[in-house]
Amino acid sequence: MKDAMTIESSTATTLRDNVDVAEALGRSYAAGFVTDIEMTGLPPGLDEGTVRAISAVKREPEWMTEWRLEAFRHWQTMPKPDWAKLNIDPIDYQAISYYAAPKKQPKSLDDVDPALLETYEKLGIPLHERAALAGVAVDAVFDSVSVGTTFRKQLADAGVLFCSMSEAIREYPEIVRKYLGSVVPTGDNFFAALNSAVFSDGSFVFIPKGVRCPMELSTYFRINAQNTGQFERTLIIAEEGSHVSYLEGCTAPKRDENQLHAAVVELVALEGAKIKYSTVQNWYPGDENGVGGIYNFVTKRGDCRGDDSKICWTQVETGSAITWKYPSVILRGDRSVGEFYSVALTHHFQQADTGTKMIHLGKHTKSKIVSKGISAGKSSNSYRGLVKMEKGAEGARNYTQCDSLLIGKQCGAHTFPYMEVKNPTAIVEHEATTSKISDDQMFYCRARGIPEEDAVSMIVDGFCKQVFRELPMEFAVEAKKLLEVSLEGAVG
Amino acid sequence: MLKIENLHARVEGKEILKGLSLEVNAGEVHAIMGPNGAGKSTLGNVLSGRDGYEVTAGTVSYNGIDLLTMVPEARAAAGVFLAFQYPVEIPGVNNTYFLRAALNAQRKARGEKELDSMQFLKLVREKLKVMQISDELLHRAVNEGFSGGEKKRNEIFQMAVLEPQLAILDETDSGLDIDALKHVADGVNALRSPDRAFLMITHYQRLLDYVVPDVVHVLAGGRIVETGDKSLALELEAHGYAGIAERQPAGASA
Repeated sequence: MKDAMTIESSTATTLRDNVDVAEALGRSYAAGFVTDIEMTGLPPGLDEGTVRAISAVKREPEWMTEWRLEAFRHWQTMPKPDWAKLNIDPIDYQAISYYAAPKKQPKSLDDVDPALLETYEKLGIPLHERAALAGVAVDAVFDSVSVGTTFRKQLADAGVLFCSMSEAIREYPEIVRKYLGSVVPTGDNFFAALNSAVFSDGSFVFIPKGVRCPMELSTYFRINAQNTGQFERTLIIAEEGSHVSYLEGCTAPKRDENQLHAAVVELVALEGAKIKYSTVQNWYPGDENGVGGIYNFVTKRGDCRGDDSKICWTQVETGSAITWKYPSVILRGDRSVGEFYSVALTHHFQQADTGTKMIHLGKHTKSKIVSKGISAGKSSNSYRGLVKMEKGAEGARNYTQCDSLLIGKQCGAHTFPYMEVKNPTAIVEHEATTSKISDDQMFYCRARGIPEEDAVSMIVDGFCKQVFRELPMEFAVEAKKLLEVSLEGAVG
Repeated sequence: MLKIENLHARVEGKEILKGLSLEVNAGEVHAIMGPNGAGKSTLGNVLSGRDGYEVTAGTVSYNGIDLLTMVPEARAAAGVFLAFQYPVEIPGVNNTYFLRAALNAQRKARGEKELDSMQFLKLVREKLKVMQISDELLHRAVNEGFSGGEKKRNEIFQMAVLEPQLAILDETDSGLDIDALKHVADGVNALRSPDRAFLMITHYQRLLDYVVPDVVHVLAGGRIVETGDKSLALELEAHGYAGIAERQPAGASA
């Protein structure tokens, strides 16, 4: 038997000599407006009473309340994590409100407050089914609660359950109880424990055996209220042989204070099931001086519980002041497949510490990691990944590719790949590159008539191509546009 | 069309062009020959507006406008095209996509209507036929993994699509085998027209066997030292650049 092997490497680079491009990646955040709507909620503060109050307002069963309290008690004993390459001002957990909701609770989509609908229209997410994105069912979460889910009937006809988490706890308690916390246990980490105690809503998806979900499912998360945290919880279960593709998008208003977003996402893929989970994250990143922005501390994990199952994470991360996130896959079933495709763009004072964990337990399991980091301004962008081949991972394979692109002289890119190999037949490959947009590339584009800003977008887009290809088509377009907006004013 | 007068330019503090004067009319093909370090590529880069080339004296007038005050993309839109000596790779960016973005950026800058995908595809097909280029090249990323010959042919193909008024070919013949050279020359010849001028920068007379120039200039020490017809190129081929230093500068000079 081979000894465990751990490799760590760090490359900190600050480059680009062309001051033109470096000067100001002025960013305009189009989703930064505030919706004026009557809200109800809990005052700031966190104790057992808060947890009970959240559970009560959601009319949860006793077991759920107990589950939350247990998580809360555990959380109180946990130290705050500080291992990531992030500078985080201390968070005062007593200063946060843990529940905020629009006052009028809609009974159906038609009851949804017009101001809310307008908000989603502005974000380009029409909630009304007649105007809904073709073939995409949407669940929208506004601050702490889900405000509407579209296409419910069509989905129900196919046997697919797609609703808010609060509703699922009430309507499908046996399924929720069976799977909730089975991938990310309540005490998994500091933020997962906090989420387990106070999560207010999120999306629930259940695809029964053999069903191929007839449309893309998607959730849009919106933080609106001030001084609130958003703690959503998403649970997706794909039964034997089923398929589902799910997308989440996130935005928040511009505010000077940092706001906390600590979500937990759990995916369960049974035998032969396939789950594709795509994220376009555009939380408010803070201004050009690093004031404000969302703290995005998220635990995402998928469990390939059955043989021949597959989970694929694709993420495009352009927002948040700080991102701390490692969508992972536990490859438990034999021949199961885990994939992770990521584009993370940081700018101004943004910090991102993101990557993935691929835990190979089953035989002939395969994982693939493609990470593209783009750093600009004074931002810091780290890839942190773990590939673990356990003893039983006979013939398992991993391929990792990590590329960093630097724009400007004051940003940093770092790569922390960890590998632990306990099975001698497993194969682990890792490739990494760091590059910058060269003066030659810029001049070549400009000499053909393409203005500087468009040239930067084009080169960045080319750099991300491998990841964009993995996104559902309509969202690939959105992601591309988002990068363009994020790079607006990239050259002065 | 192009009038360069007493042009002085520096690169990294070193004066490379020292009073270069040159006049090119529409429909003409001019060859610029000269030894290494004479300033041939510097001329191409100064004309297309590359950073790092500092013009310290002289003027460049293009269709009556001052070319030197324009940013590179504006020069491109005005019809100036530089075929690169070393075409640049842009990973992940599709060659067709790049070319369409370039053409539409130019059209937009000129106040013309941008081409939609169908119109553009039609144009590309026509040009492919003329250039005898396989469309396989179009599906790859810009210059990525191209052979030396493919890169140069791709430059000429871009030129065909962008239809410039003034094309500057910077050592387009270098690194090409004889077949590739013929292909490139055929491409250039197909694009010769009464409203288009070419400035061909080259070391060797070889290219000039296939693209016959109207005027040949010898560039040495940062100036045009001799101007003649195509026989000058043959003379150079026979005797080399040695002895050029003694020749009298031709045309207006410093």
